[in-house]
Amino acid sequence: MYRLFVSLTILIFAASSAAAGTSAPKELKDLYFGEALYYSFQGDWFDTIARLDTELPQHYELDEPELDSLYYHINQAEFAVGDFELAYRMHRRAGRAITAVIEGNVEEQVRNEAIFRLARIYFQKDQPVNALYAVERIRGGVPPQIRDDLAFLRAQIFMANGRFAEAARILRDLQAAESLEGFSTYNLGIALLKDGEELEGRQYLDRTGRINSSDDLTLAIKDKSNLVLGSKLLKEKKFEGAKQVLDRVRLNGPFSNRALLGSGWADVFQGRFERALVPWCVLVTREVTDASVQEAMLAVPYAYGKLNVHSKAAVMYGSALEKFGTEIDKLGASIKSIREGYFLRALVREELKQDANWVVKLRKLPQTPETYYLLELMASHDFQESLKNYLDLEELRKRLEAWQGDLDAFEEIIEQRRAYYEPLLPAIDREFRRLDSQMRLRLEQRDRIEKRLKAMLVAPRPDYLATSKERIISEQIVQLEQKLTASGTAVLSGIDVRIKRLRGVLHWNIYTEYDQRFTEVHKHLRDLNHVVDRLKRQYAAFVRTRQAATQSYEGYDDVIRRQRFLIREAREKVGELMARQGHMLETMAVNELTRRRERLAEFQIKARFGMAESYDRATRAQTQDKVSR
Amino acid sequence: MLYWLRGVILGISVLVLSFAAYAQEVSREQIKGLDEQVQEIKSDVLGIAAELNQLEEKLLYPSNTQVAIFVSLASGETFRLDSVEIQLDGKQGAHHLYTFKELEALQKGGVQRIYTGNIRTGEHDRRCLSSVNLREAPISGIRRASRSIRMWAPRWWKYPWPPKALR
Repeated sequence: MYRLFVSLTILIFAASSAAAGTSAPKELKDLYFGEALYYSFQGDWFDTIARLDTELPQHYELDEPELDSLYYHINQAEFAVGDFELAYRMHRRAGRAITAVIEGNVEEQVRNEAIFRLARIYFQKDQPVNALYAVERIRGGVPPQIRDDLAFLRAQIFMANGRFAEAARILRDLQAAESLEGFSTYNLGIALLKDGEELEGRQYLDRTGRINSSDDLTLAIKDKSNLVLGSKLLKEKKFEGAKQVLDRVRLNGPFSNRALLGSGWADVFQGRFERALVPWCVLVTREVTDASVQEAMLAVPYAYGKLNVHSKAAVMYGSALEKFGTEIDKLGASIKSIREGYFLRALVREELKQDANWVVKLRKLPQTPETYYLLELMASHDFQESLKNYLDLEELRKRLEAWQGDLDAFEEIIEQRRAYYEPLLPAIDREFRRLDSQMRLRLEQRDRIEKRLKAMLVAPRPDYLATSKERIISEQIVQLEQKLTASGTAVLSGIDVRIKRLRGVLHWNIYTEYDQRFTEVHKHLRDLNHVVDRLKRQYAAFVRTRQAATQSYEGYDDVIRRQRFLIREAREKVGELMARQGHMLETMAVNELTRRRERLAEFQIKARFGMAESYDRATRAQTQDKVSR
Repeated sequence: MLYWLRGVILGISVLVLSFAAYAQEVSREQIKGLDEQVQEIKSDVLGIAAELNQLEEKLLYPSNTQVAIFVSLASGETFRLDSVEIQLDGKQGAHHLYTFKELEALQKGGVQRIYTGNIRTGEHDRRCLSSVNLREAPISGIRRASRSIRMWAPRWWKYPWPPKALR
């Protein structure tokens, strides 16, 4: 019996774990990690994980990852992946990611926090033995912010493993923890009861039921504690105590209907029918779909009958009968609508993302089931998990469908690029080859000049720096000398001297201006180097652009084909899983509605019986009255 | 009547304690088995998403022309950001209206990639990008290049609001 309440507590805590605990680093260096966080802060877990799954492998593929900006956040990113996967309810993968962190070379506190999260995963997935094994691996210091949560989790794990005495010991130490106000006391009460410490257990439940707080969660656990204790006392026929405890439940809390019903019964068992009518009359005015309200609709005329107000009882039984009939019809229509698929179609509407109460508001739509009957079912962990899975599958289905369209668009882009580039490229390549050979030739020339100039630093060669004019004059002088020699005539002394003088002048100029010319040549070489650098940059830019042109349409076929195959397979699998998950949800809802309908049918029989009996008694009373008169 | 009364009392206990019992017609094992298969398909689809991200980046935004613009809020900003418009070389690049959730995510330190596109090498309109000069990016491998460009593009992103780039 108490196992259920333990699981209720777990539920409340499980809900809080839906939000991942990762926060932004003080100084963000990697924008793409910041982008992943942007998605995570919006609860968009798929995009968060997909972003990190894209970034992390690329980071590790780098030759020097320490130069990458993600390097500064790599530990946080690795840790966060597990956190986000947990939030996305991928517990198996999250377990692996966190285990990797645990086994890595990390600080003691980081390691212990990772173990804490892993243990919480196991616990949430109903694997208490694994959770215990994990939590027992924690050694040394833990971060202060999780110290109380860890102790509480440890206690819950002990309880789930049936080790109530150890759980109680931990929970006693947690009584001062403000963040766990109400929860630690309540769980301690449950642990003590399970351990056979009845009196002390009740005392702690009682203490929880008297907490003063303005926090909604604390007030909810306070109500629940009172309800549990009151029901227990009622069952043990301690009616006065039960009444007092049940009356402590808030009238506007989630447990108030059940408390009001129980409070009335506590009075009835003590024969105080008038007093029982007080909570029950409040109850019957509430939402008719609530099980406690429906029960009160029978209980009120029953109390009137006991007070010998048979006529009113008969009228109220009649009214209840009518309402039960309406509700049974409504339930029948709801079951039909679920079987026809309206429930699932309504569940995946966009409004759900905008409004958390959308599922409850479904009832306002035509042909959707009466969701008020499903509230308790919807609050159950199994239904919630199944519903979330169904919604996640629907999201995956939409994404896969969109990606299929993306691949079509990619192929079209590739084809257009191919059609544009392929006719152009042969002519461009020909021209490039021509320019490339010219460029190589000029570069070789430049290299030769540079080499020669370097050699001239060691062995000066002024003749290398003669201008073209000087070279022509030198050639002409040589020709004149040859002519004179070839004619065989005696050379006029004047001509010979003049030729020598000319050669001397030429020689003089070349040798005296050598230093100046050598400096100028170096200046020209530097200018040439600038031009060559620009040429090389242009060359590299061209090569990159040329490569990019080919790469813009080649090499994608295999990738796209593979993606198509994967997407097709995934779509089939998602479709199949959606059908199964949807059927499961429908079955749960139909089972619940059927159960409620059967219960109402039983109530109908009881109401008919009660009405007949009340009429009978009223008539008999009237007859007796007449006779006595 | 007393029999009925007993039934009702038992009913109270059942009611009070029957939160999680409703789903039991569908067995725990079934739920668990299906949940594991859902986790598997999530993992598969995430794998596809990561590969598609890379394919998209390679095909649509090659590293030598890619430009990405990011938006973030300086810590402690209290104003309510309604929308952002990005203009690249006088043309509208992106326009975004913020939901409450998105704004909250920015305030918590998240960074929004508001625009991804391609841009030619050279100087560009400073109103949008503060000196996006791809030649200056230390390109030595695709990955590093894309990271360098990304660092360049949003040079203004942590400057006080509003940056000149945004109107």
